[in-house]
Amino acid sequence: MKFFEDIRVGEIAELGRHIFTAADIKAFAARFDPQPFHLDEVAAARSHFGRLCASGWHTACVWMRLLIAHRRREDDERRVRGEPVAQLGPSPGFRDLKWLKPVYAGDTVSFATEVVEMRFLNSRPGWGMIFVRNTGRNQQGEQVISFISSAFVECRGKETQLS
Amino acid sequence: MPRLHWEDFHPGQVTECGSRLVTRAEIVAFAAEYDPQPMHLDEQAARATLLGGLVASGWHSCCVLMRMLSDNFLAEASFLGAPGADEVKWLAPIRPGERIAARATVLETRPSRSRPDIGFVKFRFELIGTSGAPVMSLVVSPMFGRRAAAAAEAEPARGCS
Repeated sequence: MKFFEDIRVGEIAELGRHIFTAADIKAFAARFDPQPFHLDEVAAARSHFGRLCASGWHTACVWMRLLIAHRRREDDERRVRGEPVAQLGPSPGFRDLKWLKPVYAGDTVSFATEVVEMRFLNSRPGWGMIFVRNTGRNQQGEQVISFISSAFVECRGKETQLS
Repeated sequence: MPRLHWEDFHPGQVTECGSRLVTRAEIVAFAAEYDPQPMHLDEQAARATLLGGLVASGWHSCCVLMRMLSDNFLAEASFLGAPGADEVKWLAPIRPGERIAARATVLETRPSRSRPDIGFVKFRFELIGTSGAPVMSLVVSPMFGRRAAAAAEAEPARGCS
């Protein structure tokens, strides 16, 4: 992770893509979101979705996994260059989550994240808060998910204070 | 036929939706798959983070809540999914061995403008921790089938029998 001071509003990162297979969709739904339209092709065909589709929470969780993998790749590159790596702190939550279109079995979703706002925190010296807009698009380029999440990011100032 | 339809929800209604234990094993298993950060994976590494110990991923909290609502609330309702969520607040960490309870509060209801057979119900769903305080809150407006539409659907079936 970059330090808070090195992050800029407008920065976009492409996080990679994921194929949502029918097996993958059903396995997630059986654990966490056992609705007939996420579990069974016949029931899904009779539902308003028309076809087997992924739980919206599944789509969001795959975003999280790809974000962490992306950050890890970036951090590894920083360590190779001998640069310090900032800590990514916890998130207080997210807002404006939209499941814009169903993610159907066989869809490939490409995820991205864009920095939309940054705040220094008086309440937590050494940490800043970033707000990012996260999106996923299917193979037709249609947006299937969008939400704005926030997270604590370590400040470079903290590192200076400690050393 | 489901017992609860859109018409059965009214602002102010509160429903308790069961409780369950969150184990260390499931916290780590979820994190390994979807949110592999030190604070969710390893006690020792988690001690060095802002939260000071192992805690469940916020997305895991969302998934656990969804499962509790599915089992104890939505299974008997004409639930049709949700187009999104207004906000999620992860208010306090969920730690291994914590017992959490789920609660549903109806905030408002409105019929769909484009689909006369469905309506939206805006809820605040909460996970309540051992201390009795909410650890997570989700504001979301899922869709439910309307009673008249369900009755109309049942009509031809009766005619055939």
